Amino acid sequence: MTPKPVISIEQIGKLYRIGSRFGSCIQLPWNRKYATRQSNTELWAIKNISFTVEEGDVVGIIGKNGAGKSTLLKVLSRITPPTEGRAFIRGRLASLLEVGTGFHPELTGRENIYMNGAILGMTRRQIARRFDEIVSFAEISRFLDTPVKRYSSGMYVRLAFAVAAHLDSEILIVDEVLSVGDASFQTKCLGKMDEASKSGRTVLFVSHNMAAVSRLCNKGVVLSNGLIDYIGSSQEAIRHYSSYERGSIPSSVIFENDDTKRANSKARFVGACLEGKNGSGGDVFFIGDEMYVRMDIIFNEPTDNIRLSFAVRNADGVGVYHCVMEDSDFRPGVLCGRVSIKARFPHLSLYPGTYYIDDLWLASGSKTLDNIEGDILSFTIAEGGSVIRRRLASNKALVHEVPEWTVDSKIPNDRLLIEGEKLCSS
Amino acid sequence: MMNAEHEIIITPPSKIPSIGWKELWRYKELFIALTWRDIAVRYKQAVLGLIWVIIQPLIAMVVFTFLFNRLGGIKSGDGTPYPIFLYVGLLIWQYFSTTLINAANSMTSNAGLIQKVYFPRLVIPATAAASALVDLVIASLILAMMMIYYKLPPKPLSIVLLPVLILTTILVSLGFGLLAAAVNVKYRDIKHALPFAVQIMMFITPVMYPINMLDSHPTTKAVMLWLNPISGVISNARAVVLGKSPVCWDVLVISLLMSISLFLLGLLYFRKAEHYFADLV
Repeated sequence: MTPKPVISIEQIGKLYRIGSRFGSCIQLPWNRKYATRQSNTELWAIKNISFTVEEGDVVGIIGKNGAGKSTLLKVLSRITPPTEGRAFIRGRLASLLEVGTGFHPELTGRENIYMNGAILGMTRRQIARRFDEIVSFAEISRFLDTPVKRYSSGMYVRLAFAVAAHLDSEILIVDEVLSVGDASFQTKCLGKMDEASKSGRTVLFVSHNMAAVSRLCNKGVVLSNGLIDYIGSSQEAIRHYSSYERGSIPSSVIFENDDTKRANSKARFVGACLEGKNGSGGDVFFIGDEMYVRMDIIFNEPTDNIRLSFAVRNADGVGVYHCVMEDSDFRPGVLCGRVSIKARFPHLSLYPGTYYIDDLWLASGSKTLDNIEGDILSFTIAEGGSVIRRRLASNKALVHEVPEWTVDSKIPNDRLLIEGEKLCSS
Repeated sequence: MMNAEHEIIITPPSKIPSIGWKELWRYKELFIALTWRDIAVRYKQAVLGLIWVIIQPLIAMVVFTFLFNRLGGIKSGDGTPYPIFLYVGLLIWQYFSTTLINAANSMTSNAGLIQKVYFPRLVIPATAAASALVDLVIASLILAMMMIYYKLPPKPLSIVLLPVLILTTILVSLGFGLLAAAVNVKYRDIKHALPFAVQIMMFITPVMYPINMLDSHPTTKAVMLWLNPISGVISNARAVVLGKSPVCWDVLVISLLMSISLFLLGLLYFRKAEHYFADLV
């Protein structure tokens, strides 16, 4: 017999009435009669949500603000009932929709640990057993008997997360709680979540942090306007999501013909975009992926001796690549009309992070035809990917390179690096 | 690791509310923790701390004794010294009003919890009733001292009757409190109306005068006893604790029955409204 899924969700929907139903008690009969009610004041926050989660799955739920992610978690946490549909949850469930729920500013750190633990469903004995672990994780041992209203916000968040991180539950529901705290604490929290998932716990995780989703989750659910848009592996889900969700700097752009100087030029850029394998759009890639930078150019007259370049910078503005067409053997010859020139990166090897395409430059011989400066396109390298076998610490390097490793155990004596000394006794 | 015991089925709320005792019992730790928090937080950073629990009824006793007894000429009616007669009434009234107002506001003041964590919502108003009970016990120490001072031994029956009277008070306070809490989530008018209503109700409850004063108005007295179970509780508490007048058994039964009905009404209404608290609060 195959085990039943830990969570099965069947056709869950949640209807909200928006707008004020309780505006005033002075509701005159004729107002009531002619008021346009019904459909325009009703909103399905989620609708027809069905999926199952197996034991040990770590499911990332992604989507734009207002897509219904939090509503779904609230329904599954039983905070609010669904309007229709059913869900089965098999196992002890703890949900962490906010860090520090029930913390009272007047209580001390110690008192709040017990208080918060009780709210999250732990017994006094369970908390007592893990008390020291919680305190050392939060790094607040010196301030254990200080009211939390005197804590710094960092200490507060650390303590709150520490309690939640030590819950003994089989299913954990986590809403965007990792966005708080400083970078080193976030890393610590991610580590703790990693640990939870490796120990066989089932986790549902809502986040806008694609790197975290990619690292922690094996499954992904994309919600859009309250409906399920995509279910699959977390990496496919991230790709799917990013194909319509774009940041302030997009992965494709059309350049306005707003400048007379440019308009009168012999040639100009009309657009640029990033493409993945087989021409698919997108701005999230993994190490090892193929990526194309496509530049659309209009040549108003036949042009020879074309020169083209662009730069790639990281989020800190550090130049990573400066790609110049002349460095390659590619020569487009004489071009006229509208053309698309593509630069292919067969095997992306940048460390996870956000990168920008910058400084498009087009020339014919020594004459500059067009030049667009500033961050033009952006893309993200997400953690993980088929060729990555470990967690990459983003501060460790910029470029991921796998050299060929060999071993030679028969080195002639005269080629030893340290002469006269035997490195290993035979 | 998984067991059927923990299977939870999430469905739209059913039309008929159930009380869910079993689940309430599972959350007893949370109830204890929240009650403790209520008490611990209330007098933090106050120099006098818990002494405030005693100061309030004590000062009320002094002022009301002067106003109603010395100036107004109201007597206890059965020869009990007026201050202790009044104090018994004040204790019960204070329990009732504190529980009612705190329970009514408990949903809105714990909105953060309700929107972020699941637990039976009943735990919160129950907490209000429990922490007020602690106040009642502490303030009763003064009563005990006064009983010694006035040499008024309690009736032996009080061992049995006192718990019944306290239970009746709790049920009435929670019954009203649950109703008010559930309505308050939707209509915040309750928050404004309740303190005023409680103040008025104090005068139509025999806190400062004996219920016998109404003997000439039998209809008013009957309405008061039936609709306001606290009236019966206060007069019987005086009879039991101070031992001067006989216990009115019919009043005791009426109060108890009314309190149970009120409690069940409040409970079921609360359970029915509870589903939407997180959305509306």
